[in-house]
Amino acid sequence: MNPPRHFNLLARLLHWSMAVAILAMLFIGAAMVVSLQHREQLLDLHRPLGLAILLLAIVRLANRLRNAPPPLPQDLPRIQVFMAKASHWILYGLMLAMPVIGWAMLSAGAYPVVVFDGFNLPAILPHSAVMYGILRPLHGVLGYLLFFTILGHLGAALFHAWVRRDEVFGQMAKGE
Amino acid sequence: MATPTPRRGSYLMLLPIAGIVGAIALAFAWNGGWIGNHPLKPQDMIKTVESNGSPLPGFRRAHSKGVCFAGTFTPTPQAAALSTARVFTQPSTAFIGRFSSPGNNPYAPDAKAPVRGMAVQLKTDDGQEWRVAMNSFPFFAVSTPEGFNALNQAMRPDPATGKPDPEKLKAVVAQHPELLKFQAWSKTAPVSDSFGNTRFNGVNAFHLIDAKGAERAVRWSMRPRLPMVALSPEQLAKADVNFLSEDLAKRLASGPVLYDMVMQFAAPGDPVLDPTKAWPDTRPETTVGTFSLTQSGPQVSGACRDINFDPLILPKGIAGTADPILHARSAVYSVSFNRREREISSGKALDATGQKESTR
Repeated sequence: MNPPRHFNLLARLLHWSMAVAILAMLFIGAAMVVSLQHREQLLDLHRPLGLAILLLAIVRLANRLRNAPPPLPQDLPRIQVFMAKASHWILYGLMLAMPVIGWAMLSAGAYPVVVFDGFNLPAILPHSAVMYGILRPLHGVLGYLLFFTILGHLGAALFHAWVRRDEVFGQMAKGE
Repeated sequence: MATPTPRRGSYLMLLPIAGIVGAIALAFAWNGGWIGNHPLKPQDMIKTVESNGSPLPGFRRAHSKGVCFAGTFTPTPQAAALSTARVFTQPSTAFIGRFSSPGNNPYAPDAKAPVRGMAVQLKTDDGQEWRVAMNSFPFFAVSTPEGFNALNQAMRPDPATGKPDPEKLKAVVAQHPELLKFQAWSKTAPVSDSFGNTRFNGVNAFHLIDAKGAERAVRWSMRPRLPMVALSPEQLAKADVNFLSEDLAKRLASGPVLYDMVMQFAAPGDPVLDPTKAWPDTRPETTVGTFSLTQSGPQVSGACRDINFDPLILPKGIAGTADPILHARSAVYSVSFNRREREISSGKALDATGQKESTR
């Protein structure tokens, strides 16, 4: 069987919808912690969107493990192959870890984990100042790491599309 | 199948790529308050109160001195008609809470505290939660967070005199004339001898939402059952540093201390978004329940220490208004909580966690 030439439809749909959701999430998160007036409104978006990203990321990881991605170009330098693979696993790791850390951090801080008015998730950690004091800064630092990884991913995608002009960008941009 | 070698593009195309990536990075940096003109941030307000004294690690940045308490809330039969919140239909709800004194010195003498705070956390069997943060003043000092920050900046002790510069304070009052009313109140308000006979006011307005979805704007307050007993200036001068928590423990040893929670309803046209404007005493009121305090204990080891009494943590059936002070309180308390929990977590808060006796 020949390797696929494109990511499957589910992978492409999840990629582009989650690209919008995660970028929106990062902007919402960074804005809400410095906002005096809109923290509550932004937080009311941040929590359900984070839960949605977690659920989509689980579907996405399962799809990725069951369906081999299209191969990278054979002439791609080894350092770029390494960076492509490493950055993809960082992206997968962070899109799964960030919502879980957010949920765990709220649990450790004794905050109610409100998804929408009247519906809360249960705590996944006991109330603990020690855990909250670790997880809260970690959530912020990893948020910035995710943002910079996405910027690198975008830059690399455009490099494939406009400089190398190879098949990589099209593998995610269009189907068979 | 051999992939045909694609025709390479010019490396000049790196310029638009760098432009796109750079533009998104700049937008993100502005959005996160790192660059450009940003409106007043909660971190700026915390910086103001931190630099007005020398905050101790692990303690709240404001209202640092406090004592924990616990007890039971029992709603009145009238409450359920006003809001669908479970706390008004559940027969009784356990709560924890905290009384506090202003400033960032956790060892300040109680007699010097111009105002007092009371906060409670109620968790009901439907998983909902209500955090209430009240003060002993009947209305807030300024209408906006910017005004409050300017006031705190003006209160900073002048290094030369050790006291705030009166000229700076005058300038803030000129900008925020609503402060005159607060100054007049604080000069004349009697100081009571107990937390248990102090009235506490929610100050900000909230909405109660009933089963039909109708919203009523309210301000809540805690009305002590114990009669007010004012301390004379001579008694205040002699009062023990911690007379308030000592009095509370003594009273609780012989029985619960009770407060009635009263909702005051706004009339059409009453200012809902301005906490400096109290509504007239003639507005209709309903008692929604009784808070019965049964225990108290030091905050260094108490359950109230690691709770952020964010006044926008509300159950279904109660909602916040757009009052800018209310939203700023929520944002600023969060920054204070993050900083002190970090300090506790990293072992820098031995005073705040009771692992070391204070040297102050």
